Amino acid sequence: MFPFIFEWVWDIGHLLFFGGLWYAVGILGAGMAYCIAKAAYDTVNESKDSRH
Amino acid sequence: MDAALIPEGAKRCSFPKFMLGIALVTAVLLWGVYAMLLCWFKGLNQTNMNDYYGFALWIWADLAVIALGGGAFFTGLLKYIFKVDELKNIINFAVIIGFICYSSALLILAIDIGQPLRGWFIFWHANVHSMLTEVAFCLSAYFAVLTIEFIPNVLENRQLNKVPFFHHLAHNMHGVMAIFAATGAFLSFFHQGSLGGVAGVLYGRPFAVREGLLIWPWTFFLFTWSAAAFGPCFTLLVTRITEAVTGKKLVKDNVVHLLAKISGWMIFTYIIAKIIDTIYWATVTAPSLGYEFSFFYTNNSFYGYWILVAEVIICGLIPGLLLINKSTRENPNLRLVAIILGVIGVSLNRWVMVLQVMAVPVMPFDTWALYIPSWQEVATTILPVAYGIILIAVTYRYLPVFPQERELNQSKAQES
Repeated sequence: MFPFIFEWVWDIGHLLFFGGLWYAVGILGAGMAYCIAKAAYDTVNESKDSRH
Repeated sequence: MDAALIPEGAKRCSFPKFMLGIALVTAVLLWGVYAMLLCWFKGLNQTNMNDYYGFALWIWADLAVIALGGGAFFTGLLKYIFKVDELKNIINFAVIIGFICYSSALLILAIDIGQPLRGWFIFWHANVHSMLTEVAFCLSAYFAVLTIEFIPNVLENRQLNKVPFFHHLAHNMHGVMAIFAATGAFLSFFHQGSLGGVAGVLYGRPFAVREGLLIWPWTFFLFTWSAAAFGPCFTLLVTRITEAVTGKKLVKDNVVHLLAKISGWMIFTYIIAKIIDTIYWATVTAPSLGYEFSFFYTNNSFYGYWILVAEVIICGLIPGLLLINKSTRENPNLRLVAIILGVIGVSLNRWVMVLQVMAVPVMPFDTWALYIPSWQEVATTILPVAYGIILIAVTYRYLPVFPQERELNQSKAQES
């Protein structure tokens, strides 16, 4: 499944298939990580603002 | 009893009435679950599949729900990438329908592989020469996209939204939704296409095989096109059914007309391409392989010319023309006829490309293989329908799915 583990072959088929998969999964993961981190930051800032 | 969870200003039926409806549908759901467990614990001998006929009824259902769920990616593409802002009033529901369709498709595949515990093998031992591997990759990733698109709507529930973190998370997810929608469109283009591509590269089956562009047979493009064309029809149909069941207007006419118009043009252009493809296949491809066009529609008790006429003309060209024309599109009854015909049309296309493909004899000593599904196949095919009804009922009751609902029903509420 990864380039460094079982059954990986350095050929165009594997590069295209897994490249496409990890490209999509990477965008989704990064997007969600950004949203969660920003939501946590906004929540903390909001509670700080309400205390002032 | 559950009033605190119902969206503010929205009127819903009483909790006991709601639970009674859910209980009735759950009975059907449990019948499907029982059949599913039989397939898992006793094996695929519970179906009528055999060495000759390797696609059960549910493979048709799988392809049909994926096509019908195409409304989610196409509406998302229009709303977030092409900035068709009116569609914000129906996008939540399109996403929920897409979520139901794709989770159903994955469930069907989990039943079809017989041993769901080995489902991950397709990632670990990937056959990178198979279009179905691409379908599995894209289907799984696109289901993740739909889940992500669905989450903000869940977090907008009246009680969940009071939690500051959830409130901010929903807000931030809306902010970057275009990126998720673009990823969804990319994934949908490939998995919808590859499902058609699978039929197009069956060189041993002259009924399915097609020429194409580079490695992609024409069926690749026709499947993606048809999902984008007919998917919105299914979104509109389920919206209409929900309006009929709830007795409320949920989406303004201008939004419905716009989506119907886009769908109509997509259907019309798709059906022109489909007619050209069929004529080329009938006059060039099939004869070059030694088959007459009539061979595929005669000498059997079910598959006649009627199925081609029904798919292409009655459930393709007619709904396309009805939805393109302003006067017929804006007539509620004719629009309903058009979207029902459209939904039947794309389901019929998937039936032909899965079941008729397997039924046509390919050897001189073969005969037509007309397939009769077992009750377990029928039950597991109905299972996603029951699941979908339950999920729509629950989301409609507790989530602000339709932004225009309150405005459209305000006068009615004041009168009562």
